[in-house]
Amino acid sequence: MSRTTEGKRQLTGGRVAHAVLILFAAGSLFPLVWTAVAASGTSGRLARTPPPFWFGGHLLENLEIAWTDANLGTALINTTVVAGSVAAGTVFFSTLAGFAFAKLRFRFRNALLALVIGTMMVPPQLSVVPLYLLIAELSWTDRLQSVVLPGLVSAFGVFFMRQYLTGALPTELIEAARVDGAGSWRVMWHVVFPAARPAMAVLGMLTFVMAWNDFFWPIIALTQSGNPTVQVALTGLGRGYVPDQSVIMAGALLGTLPLLLAFVVFGRQIVGGIMQGAVKG
Amino acid sequence: MAPVAGEVSVAAPPGAGYASLRDERRRARRSRRHRRDLRWSPYVFVAPFFTFFAVFGLFPLLYTGWAALHRVELTAPGRREWVGLRNFSRLLDDDFFWNALANTVTIGLLSTVPQLLIALGLAHLLDHRLRGSAFFRVAVLTPYATSVAAATLVFVLLFGRDHGLINWALGLAGLDAVDWQNGDWTSRIAVSTIVVWRWTGYNALIYLAAMQSVPGDLYESAALDGASRWQQFVHVTVPSLRPTILFTCVVSTIGATQLFGEPLLFNGGAGATGGVNHQYQTLGLYLYEQGWVNLHLGRASAIAWAMFLILLVVGAVNWLVARRLTGGGGER
Repeated sequence: MSRTTEGKRQLTGGRVAHAVLILFAAGSLFPLVWTAVAASGTSGRLARTPPPFWFGGHLLENLEIAWTDANLGTALINTTVVAGSVAAGTVFFSTLAGFAFAKLRFRFRNALLALVIGTMMVPPQLSVVPLYLLIAELSWTDRLQSVVLPGLVSAFGVFFMRQYLTGALPTELIEAARVDGAGSWRVMWHVVFPAARPAMAVLGMLTFVMAWNDFFWPIIALTQSGNPTVQVALTGLGRGYVPDQSVIMAGALLGTLPLLLAFVVFGRQIVGGIMQGAVKG
Repeated sequence: MAPVAGEVSVAAPPGAGYASLRDERRRARRSRRHRRDLRWSPYVFVAPFFTFFAVFGLFPLLYTGWAALHRVELTAPGRREWVGLRNFSRLLDDDFFWNALANTVTIGLLSTVPQLLIALGLAHLLDHRLRGSAFFRVAVLTPYATSVAAATLVFVLLFGRDHGLINWALGLAGLDAVDWQNGDWTSRIAVSTIVVWRWTGYNALIYLAAMQSVPGDLYESAALDGASRWQQFVHVTVPSLRPTILFTCVVSTIGATQLFGEPLLFNGGAGATGGVNHQYQTLGLYLYEQGWVNLHLGRASAIAWAMFLILLVVGAVNWLVARRLTGGGGER
């Protein structure tokens, strides 16, 4: 991949391109903005025609009801713990394995790498039944480790780090460290981790977003009234534990807000990360 | 220890050209450790991945295959009764299974095709040098950060029959209100819309990345040959993007096969049926219904394996198509 081509051939955009893009941006952002609009009124206001287009004065009230009725306080803490651990574990283990696949020689390396890539094809549905039996056996239902442990490693992560380190980490640097007498763990600590930091940040963010939004397994492993993640709690809202539409929207807003804030702050880095992962992946 | 060390080093004259016994031993030990480290640390580094994969991936995969051959109920998961292939043969006679399969394919096409086409166009626009292009990139990616649950809940409201914003807009345009939740096709379109909304920006960025690594001189020579912008897009951009397009096709197909959250939450409280007539019940949802609503874990396992086999077939087809595409275009 060449770094220089970016910007070399960028067409200059006309007015039409600009207008269409504004339309797309509006289409992308509107449902989110409207979630806030709907969450800030009463449900009576939502049953009017035309539907509301501007904020009402009941946002805090609705947020409070959603917070208490749908267990969202617990859910937000749980989701932070889950997504944080999953992201940290994935980044750490992926960097270890990615480095081994990128720079170390060992028997069965290519076969094992092929196996890693092959696992990406296996749909999560294929393991829910036994996983459920396993956590039931261990009495882990409604415990966060039932969601964290299966997420700690990721084939995509290993592949992503391998691709990055193959290009970004000069082999001479590792050899130099070895000549100085550094063992593999010291090499890992003082050479690989510093070199991998940009990719680790990207992988961490992507994994965090994915874990935050994960749905299929948490809804099976956790319960809405017990120890839910945000997504599981929102399912309860949608199924009418709380019949008030504005409160449902307030819940949806609460569940999305942390990631939206992260997007406001880190948006460019996340975009860069996805584009980088795409070209190399 | 110190006196010994001193003694030995005295015994070995400095600069005599040979190391003392102790030094030699230490060096040997270090080099042995070094060799052991070189030999085994790669395995230590990849071990966590394979350990976790074995426990949470491979074991469940095989166990699901085994469970599919049994009658297992969620109420008593410890009691298993061997039934051979009956779970599978019952699937073949099961109308709901075929319905779910058809819905999965339909909704998959309705969401994947527009999604990727729009993403391609969007990426082309984002490739222009524009004021605020960083903003646009972030803006179109925001839906990706929205969870299935939150997005679906909002779209349920937007697609409401009586007070929904979309029907209101249709009314403004002089069109009749549509029953987005209960219609056969309208509900599938609505569910697909949620998928399109969430993933188009993400795919657009992947295409954009690939577009930016297309060598600029290809465009220059095309422009010299008098190709218009549209012709450049069709004859330079799209062919150069073929591997990326294939990649997104595979990923989106896998995603579409597993569609679950959108249809689960689109029917406001009706549970896992996927609409009153199961009109948008997907395979993922059907698996969930069989396992965790009707409590038949054995049958759920059979559905899971059926999904896996379908994915393998899809993967093989993708591979064949890819081989033909690259064989037909890449070399010549």
